[in-house]
Amino acid sequence: MTSIPDNAPHQCPGTQSEDAGKASACAGCPNQNICASGVPAGPDPAVELIKNRLANVKHKILVLSGKGGVGKSTVTSLLGHGLAKLNPDLNIGILDADICGPSQPRVLGVRGEQVHNSGSGWSPVYVTDNLSLMSIGFLLGSPDDAVIWRGPKKNGMIKQFLSEVDWGDLDYLLIDTPPGTSDEHLSLVQYLAGAGATGAVLVTTPQEVALLDVRKEIQFCRKVGLPVLGVVENMALFVCPNCKVGIYCTGRKRR
Amino acid sequence: MLENVKRVILILSGKGGVGKSTVSTQLALTLKERGYKVGLLDIDLCGPSVPYILNLEDQNIHQGSEGWIPVYLDKEQKLGVMSIGFLLKSRNDAVVWRGPKKTSMIKQFLEDVYWQDLDFLVIDTPPGTSDEHITVMENLRSVPQCSAILVTTPQEVSIEDVRKEITFCNKTGIKIMGIIENMSGYECPTCSECTNIFSSGGGKSLAEISKLPFLGSIPIDPRVGALAGKGVAAVKELPESSTSRVFNDLVIRINETNSNGS
Repeated sequence: MTSIPDNAPHQCPGTQSEDAGKASACAGCPNQNICASGVPAGPDPAVELIKNRLANVKHKILVLSGKGGVGKSTVTSLLGHGLAKLNPDLNIGILDADICGPSQPRVLGVRGEQVHNSGSGWSPVYVTDNLSLMSIGFLLGSPDDAVIWRGPKKNGMIKQFLSEVDWGDLDYLLIDTPPGTSDEHLSLVQYLAGAGATGAVLVTTPQEVALLDVRKEIQFCRKVGLPVLGVVENMALFVCPNCKVGIYCTGRKRR
Repeated sequence: MLENVKRVILILSGKGGVGKSTVSTQLALTLKERGYKVGLLDIDLCGPSVPYILNLEDQNIHQGSEGWIPVYLDKEQKLGVMSIGFLLKSRNDAVVWRGPKKTSMIKQFLEDVYWQDLDFLVIDTPPGTSDEHITVMENLRSVPQCSAILVTTPQEVSIEDVRKEITFCNKTGIKIMGIIENMSGYECPTCSECTNIFSSGGGKSLAEISKLPFLGSIPIDPRVGALAGKGVAAVKELPESSTSRVFNDLVIRINETNSNGS
């Protein structure tokens, strides 16, 4: 890998080069001083900030799937409700990291709620006494509002969600994600590097076209070193409410 | 850019898994059956489904003197396909890219593919309103013959995301041809009782509220699902199915807007 940034001026010697900040091409580059000072850019300070913020969160679990519409948000919310019911002393938080299509406010039935900002950070919305939610859905004025953002802006939002939400003490923080293996996913893993993510739950449906994308997600988890806790298969069987016969999504009948 | 393409049709949806790729491939196949020359561009870089659906998974892209040569489904070269799936070594390979890299890949797809003369270019997209979509819109702004079809399922949770996509289209000035509702109802093969697994009527009421044409509803039909991976048109294989009716009507409608010059 070269150390030349994508947006560097023509003939940039590269940030790791001995000529960094000193070559003629560096004149006028806004980063010239940083390069010339020779101090290597350290890890993102946000990682440390998030580590401190999430110090009282025991388990951080990502719900992932390469495919859209397989039930990531449903699995996340039911897992949250399940854990919260299991033991009233457990505290569960859900973070909706799907910036362009946030579904959690509707799935959890807390649409139209407001998040409040105080000295200790954003207060999440409480669904029950021990289940709280943070989603960009709470920050939009109308359900028609679209979040038309490129990657860096989405990353900034995720950084804020991780570093500025006042979750209190949590046993589980469940993170719902959009489909894919891109900005949101990379940022979550990178920002959680200090705090330490427990692992990922993968959601799929039985069709090959979904498995195809979920295999990619497993590869992603391996690449970034995120342990896979297991795979949930959703929409496996349809039981006709009229004749009670179960049909698999392949069209085969259940015996 | 795309000077030799008469019409560009974007298949969009805020929500994932509603059937964008199925609609894209079936629309492309239906247009091909009608004798048009069609291109299908898959810009879902992290989860390309088109190669699998069309049974083209082991194919490769070749570089010609005029640019990348798409993969053709048929010998007559009536349907050309371009997807990042053709560029990956293994079907398990993940494309772990941030926005800027995705953006430049899509730019290459739009600029460097040698489609020859096309009647239609169908573009399949990932869910959302982010890098891929912004890039496509920015590049297609100069292409006046471009319009979008929105795909949704009937549930509220899908409608909500598609409303955001409508806002996106309005903000970026892309014409919306209409809304297709997918997965509306499942007829039990045993007792023929129709169950609205994912609720009903959502697509139609969304179309009414947002004053957009409703292009039809496609039921859950395992026979159509089984066509995924084969690369055959529903209108050819299952001419009597409701799915075929929707796509036949859609092509008629597309042609009407074509001859109106709008």
